[in-house]
Amino acid sequence: MSVAAADVINLLASLLLLIAFAMLAQRRLLRLIHLFALQGFVLALNTAVVAATIGQAHLYFSAVLTLVLKVILLPWILHRLIDRLHVRWDVETQVNLSTIQLVGIVLVIIAFNLASPISQLAGTVTRGTLGIAMASVLLSFLMMITRRKAIPQVIGFLSMENGLFFAATSATYGMPMVVELGIALDVLVGVFIFGIFFFQIRETFDSLDIHHLERLKDK
Amino acid sequence: MSWSELASQLFQTVLAIAGAPLLLGWVNQCRAWLQNRSGPGVLQPYRLLIKLLQKDAVLAQNASWLFRVAPYVVFACMVLAVSIVPLVATDLPFALAADVIALVGLLALARVFMALAAMDVGTAFGSLGARREMLIACLAEPALLMVFFTPALISQSTELTVIVDQLAHRELRLYPSMAFAAVAFVMVLLAENARIPVDNPATHLELTMVHEAMLLEYSARHLALMEWAHALKLMTYAAIGIALFAPWGIAEAGVWSMVPLAVAVLAAKLALAGAGLALLETLSAKMRIFRAPEFLGMAFMLAVLGMLTRILVQT
Amino acid sequence: MIELLLVLGCPLAGALVLAFCGHRPAAFGLNMIASLATFLAAAVLTVRVIAGGPLVVLHELFFVDAFNVFLVALTAFVAFTTAVFSRVYMRVEQDRGKLSVGRLRLYHSMYQMFTFTMLVALLTNNVGILWVAMEAATLTTVLLVSLYRTPASIEAAWKYFILCGVGIALALFGTILLYLAAERVLGAGGTALLWTHLDAVKGELEPTVLAIAFVFLLVGYGTKVGLVPLHNWLPDAHAEGPTPISAVLSGLLLNVALYAVVRNKVLADGALGTHIAGHLMMGFGLLSVVVAAFFLSRQKDIKRLFAYSSIEHMGIIAFAFGMGGPVATFAGLLHMTAHSLTKSAIFFAVGHAAQKTGTQVIADIRGLIRTSPTVGWGLMLGSIAILGLPPFGVFASEFLILTTAMREHPWATPFLLTALGVAFAAVFSKVQGMVFGETTAQRLPLAPALFPVFIHLALVLVLGVYIPPYLAQWYRQAAAMIG
Repeated sequence: MSVAAADVINLLASLLLLIAFAMLAQRRLLRLIHLFALQGFVLALNTAVVAATIGQAHLYFSAVLTLVLKVILLPWILHRLIDRLHVRWDVETQVNLSTIQLVGIVLVIIAFNLASPISQLAGTVTRGTLGIAMASVLLSFLMMITRRKAIPQVIGFLSMENGLFFAATSATYGMPMVVELGIALDVLVGVFIFGIFFFQIRETFDSLDIHHLERLKDK
Repeated sequence: MSWSELASQLFQTVLAIAGAPLLLGWVNQCRAWLQNRSGPGVLQPYRLLIKLLQKDAVLAQNASWLFRVAPYVVFACMVLAVSIVPLVATDLPFALAADVIALVGLLALARVFMALAAMDVGTAFGSLGARREMLIACLAEPALLMVFFTPALISQSTELTVIVDQLAHRELRLYPSMAFAAVAFVMVLLAENARIPVDNPATHLELTMVHEAMLLEYSARHLALMEWAHALKLMTYAAIGIALFAPWGIAEAGVWSMVPLAVAVLAAKLALAGAGLALLETLSAKMRIFRAPEFLGMAFMLAVLGMLTRILVQT
Repeated sequence: MIELLLVLGCPLAGALVLAFCGHRPAAFGLNMIASLATFLAAAVLTVRVIAGGPLVVLHELFFVDAFNVFLVALTAFVAFTTAVFSRVYMRVEQDRGKLSVGRLRLYHSMYQMFTFTMLVALLTNNVGILWVAMEAATLTTVLLVSLYRTPASIEAAWKYFILCGVGIALALFGTILLYLAAERVLGAGGTALLWTHLDAVKGELEPTVLAIAFVFLLVGYGTKVGLVPLHNWLPDAHAEGPTPISAVLSGLLLNVALYAVVRNKVLADGALGTHIAGHLMMGFGLLSVVVAAFFLSRQKDIKRLFAYSSIEHMGIIAFAFGMGGPVATFAGLLHMTAHSLTKSAIFFAVGHAAQKTGTQVIADIRGLIRTSPTVGWGLMLGSIAILGLPPFGVFASEFLILTTAMREHPWATPFLLTALGVAFAAVFSKVQGMVFGETTAQRLPLAPALFPVFIHLALVLVLGVYIPPYLAQWYRQAAAMIG
């Protein structure tokens, strides 16, 4: 594979990691959705570059599917949701940003260490980026745990799925088409159900703060 | 040390000392243009320096030797710092005495003297400025070191001249780790040189000052030296940034024929950098002082990320 | 082949039809009929597979062997009996005003859809489609858990969604790693995810990758099984949803999730050669049994009580599958059947008991035997059955598991026995209080649907006393497949 293509793929992977960190620190809801759309776009671009480099046509379909679903459809649904929920200009207070970022760095190191034996076994040209894929999955998971409002939690969940998709592309040139279509369908239906949920939560608790949803115990 | 090397070193040092106020004036002029004002002209800092040098120095009654010595120490440190950074050629005998880590130490020395002198006179604003400056420095220094480690890892050395040699003559490739380090470096530059969004250099409200507050008690030649040192610091940082992240055009050691081209390229790069800095300042607003640790924390994370990307992904 | 299409087609068709007319009075009956049709098709499929051996159909998309056909039959049967129960139960709920038109349509169509996704998960040959179906099963039930729109039910549904979603994402990573290992042996393309092919080459799969993949798959699907410490969603989801949903979640979904784990364990065992996978399952299983048993005595809500009991029993089954070997696996399969039937029977009785007394708090349910002997006896016998008293089927499977443990892993037996004893004491004392004594229950406008309860209990009794030879043969075939 040419050096230039390898450079571009590594650059896109690093960009993905940067976006994962940016999402961790981002407080404004609107910018969070834009970052998620950007993440989807970088992912689609990466898949297209890999497809061009190794010449496997099904990866082009995969890239187009990612583009349609994660750059156009899902952010559009999320935009409509935040408009109807009237939380468009929501700014979330976030404590301990520095601690969270430090934990993020530690997670990145763990992910790289975990991924190195696996990436040595993979037969793809993009195996070096498996560590970055795992790191962005773990960072999205960290984002899910440290958020107080419902919508950023869901965006963390979706970006975790993005990371997994990137892992699939870098380890095995993507999953078989039928499985990818199934996963895409699941994600879409999942987002719809999340949308319905937000309204239910808002109706019952008058706020989207997750702390209202921590009352059930073994009473 | 040969005559050629000595001449090269001297040339670069004199060029830097003479050109630093011009860079500062250029940045201020660009800011004025962007804010739709006509601005004071790029030579304004020189006029300021000349005016200050002609005045009589006034000292507080309880000022100690530290207060009088500090401007000279600070200026000397800055001159030394700028003479280590390759501006037009990598032919710098002084550079053998100090690598990037020692450079950070030099800047720290200057800062310590400035802060101590500010507290020396015992005014409230002096201590205010000193404490804030040390807070920002505490967080910016580790970030700066981390930024330096990435190119050091790539070129396997911490000496600036060796780094520049290695980076300038590599094939043109995209280095994501350097991209991370570059963003982190810009953030540290803004913090250390008292630019918006960390500190407003044009403010006259003492409670919002960080760097200016430390200079309130100085006058005449002392103030002139401090202002010049401030300009030199900006020059140093800009030169480091250019040397690490855009080193093409710097003449190789001993090749005097490339020097005029190198000077022209340097002037162009500094002009571009100055305009970029002015643009950044215009687009941002000054943030509240308690947000500065977050800002610098982000810079530190980015720098560490760049270093990690370099170590673990080899890119 | 045609039976398989019917097995999958009936619930799907039912879901589509009920999406439109799920609020009409006929919908309750229609739900039941769709489930009955599914069960009949499943029965025919079972007979075909038992007689003729494993089937691979439709361009290797579906694979039916002794292991999953018995689960398919069980799923279709319990879905049918739950539909019978739901016919009465949900009518009472509707009369009490807890369900609107839209919610009823959602309930009925999602019920059938849920059956469909579980059957797809059981019958598919493609490990990736298994994942898709498991995620779809979660998605179909999430909105059902929050059907009553109380704050507690919304919280339960949210926890369910987020925790199971994260778990499923981990399982996806495990599947990706499995595909990575498979691709090196079987080549790229769809065949690398087909279980039949993977089973054939499992000895050649890369051990390190399979080990890491199995850990992720165990943690991921184990979240859906309710293994401790990933079980936090289970008590809430089972307690706050409508009772028929609690019954199918406890009785069926946990089984299907464990099925997914066991299928992948077979591959891991083949690739690794050591017993790491089994030890992991044993560890999680034992932890679940002990923790759930000790939590049982603290429960004040009747459905949460039986939800923790489900966690305990899934722990026992996971422990049994972890031990491996013909006897333990046989016992595990038997326990899966008995637990599924008994737990759903208990939830049927509990559902009516809660409706009669208007509350789910244990302290407020008293003297069920007085107003409604059938509900009272159903609950009593069901509890005795689930606690492992002879002559019910759960006793037989627990006996086999304990004796195997004593023989092969004696260190685990004190924990198991203590946990079972603690669970017995906790549940029995609470149930006794609920069934006997002064009553607070009222009559229901409709006769409670207790036919399913007693059918289930009768089946469990039969399993405990005398396992028909064809059934034993069936279990043995499945056990041999699992290894």
